[in-house]
Amino acid sequence: MLKIDNLHVKLEDEDKQILKGLSLEVPAGQVHAIMGPNGSGKSTLSYVLSGRDGYEVTDGGASLNGDDLLEMEPEERAAAGLFLAFQYPVEIPGVGNMTFLRTAVNAQRKARGEEELSSGEFLKKVRAKAAELKIDADMLKRPVNVGFSGGEKKRNEILQMAMLEPRMCIMDETDSGLDVDAMRLVSDGVNALRSPDRSFLVITHYQRLLNHIQPDVVHIMSNGRIVKTGGPELALQVEEEGYGDLLTGAQ
Amino acid sequence: MADTAVKNQDVTPQVTGEAKPANALDARLAALSLPEGGFTAAARADALARLRDMGLPAPRDEYWRYTDPKPFNAPEAAPLALGDDLGDSPLFGDLDRLKLVFVDGVFDAEASDDVALEGVEIDVLSVADRQAAHWAGDLYGALEASGQKPVKRPFAALNTVVARDGVLIRVTATPAKPVHVIHRRGSADADTYWHHVVRIEEGAELTLLETGMSGARSNGALEVDLQKGAKFNYITSKRAVHETVGLSHIFARVDAEAQLKSFTLSVNGRVMRHEGVIDIVGDDAFAHIAAAVLGDGDIGPFHHDDTVFITHAAERCESRQVFKKVLKNGAEGVFQGKILVKPGAQKTDGYQISQALLLDERSQFLAKPELEIYADDVKCSHGSTTGALDEEALFYLRSRGIPHERAIIFLVLSFLADALAEVEDDELRDQINDRLEAWLTDRAGK
Repeated sequence: MLKIDNLHVKLEDEDKQILKGLSLEVPAGQVHAIMGPNGSGKSTLSYVLSGRDGYEVTDGGASLNGDDLLEMEPEERAAAGLFLAFQYPVEIPGVGNMTFLRTAVNAQRKARGEEELSSGEFLKKVRAKAAELKIDADMLKRPVNVGFSGGEKKRNEILQMAMLEPRMCIMDETDSGLDVDAMRLVSDGVNALRSPDRSFLVITHYQRLLNHIQPDVVHIMSNGRIVKTGGPELALQVEEEGYGDLLTGAQ
Repeated sequence: MADTAVKNQDVTPQVTGEAKPANALDARLAALSLPEGGFTAAARADALARLRDMGLPAPRDEYWRYTDPKPFNAPEAAPLALGDDLGDSPLFGDLDRLKLVFVDGVFDAEASDDVALEGVEIDVLSVADRQAAHWAGDLYGALEASGQKPVKRPFAALNTVVARDGVLIRVTATPAKPVHVIHRRGSADADTYWHHVVRIEEGAELTLLETGMSGARSNGALEVDLQKGAKFNYITSKRAVHETVGLSHIFARVDAEAQLKSFTLSVNGRVMRHEGVIDIVGDDAFAHIAAAVLGDGDIGPFHHDDTVFITHAAERCESRQVFKKVLKNGAEGVFQGKILVKPGAQKTDGYQISQALLLDERSQFLAKPELEIYADDVKCSHGSTTGALDEEALFYLRSRGIPHERAIIFLVLSFLADALAEVEDDELRDQINDRLEAWLTDRAGK
């Protein structure tokens, strides 16, 4: 599904190398977690994969189902099935959540040559998905993320994920700022989306989230590279021992 | 944005003698045929005297520094061919409203609805002015005259002198539907003037819509008097042929507990200037004046100026100025806005925001926000920002699969939302939003 090969990335405006030969493969249907200390390059990885400006790929590459991701515009990557759940979802005053969602869903369908959803079909679908995530009608009517609590913003991200039905979901510290109940709601939403042809890359600082979203593989990232890969037990080890020993051992 | 409470010196602009083109005014007047007027005769004579005293504006006048008065000073309007697109704007087209059509500023009775509407008394100036007396006689030129201090507005005086037509509306109750003034073009070289007078009696309410294309050059004025507890919603959409130059003025007197809401949408125009002069004279009143402007210099040179002056002369009143301009391809925007709080106007709540979204580096926005406060228990704030698109928001939208151009449209609408929010009626606001979206879609990527 997602294949990252020897990826080297620096900041566009500064002589600062952030990713230094990162390689990773997420097969279809699997959930991979990336853990790592602050400044290891986790968020940069998510931004580079989804096409945010400000980064320069100096070597290596990344592909989604064989298509070169780095050649595509952000909206093309989305239509190809990539989704990034933001750590800090952006507020967009004056644009209704429903309008935003419907535009996004239909833009992707159009880009893939599929028929656009009618208002009726869209409404029916969004209401059902929103109910699962305990997102009330009022939240759907409000402008995108405006006045949403931290938990509401993250639930709104999962709602978008559910509506857009991506094949490859990257979750950038989705657990940050969530209380226990919100984390359960978000995790339930993600788990409901798990399927044999959908993969997840879950970026997190803490093992906590991985109790709810059970990963198949856990990677430890440090200084722009994957330094250790293992099963779910690796996350537990991080939780107990911290990164210190692991990183020392890996180098 | 900082809350400010400052006392400024009086900043009445001084017109210097050498810059005052006295001959230019004579030439300007000589090119016009001046109506004698019936009930307006005295007001026209007074306005002519005021105009002669003021002269035409020069670029060094404080309030004409950012907009060149030349196209308005010229004796003749530059002719502008009638294009193919002479139809009415689709805006408000399917609303139940009373239509009044003006062609080059002249009332067209045949194209208009019958003026009977319960709760309002409607006359047209060209007809009413054959009489020696009319209720509008107390107002015609009167609010314009009081709006000449402390800032001179020669073209408003010129309008009072020259305008032959317009609509006179006296509102005694709340009519079931809005009144809609529609402007159409009739000839290529039309230099058009219109002058509306509206009086809303105690507790009555009116929604006035004004849309359409004005002449090659236009000068419009509205004087509106809101009696105690009256409500006035004024929504205008200037659908100019791009090469049009135009001026418009609103002079409002707002009495106790009355509510004024004005919203202007402008999308085209080589040089356009809207002046708003609002005097709040009774306690517990409010006045909101807002505008959304979209300028694309690629269609042709674009210059748009909003000049607003709100005076608080009573207690516990609220005013809001919300001005948003989206500028691209070298378009220019100007905002000159002032809040004057007179001595004794305690508990005033004055707010002013002017913002420009520049879609490229060639476009520019010039803002001159002013506060002048002579009361000590007031809350006034003003802010002005000029910025580019929010890259973070743009990326967020694109990451959801929304194409680049479409994402920009969303962000432009998002930017304008605060100004649109000043349109109270949901249906009217939705129609304006749709219109904006259609225009933006048409201009996307250009």
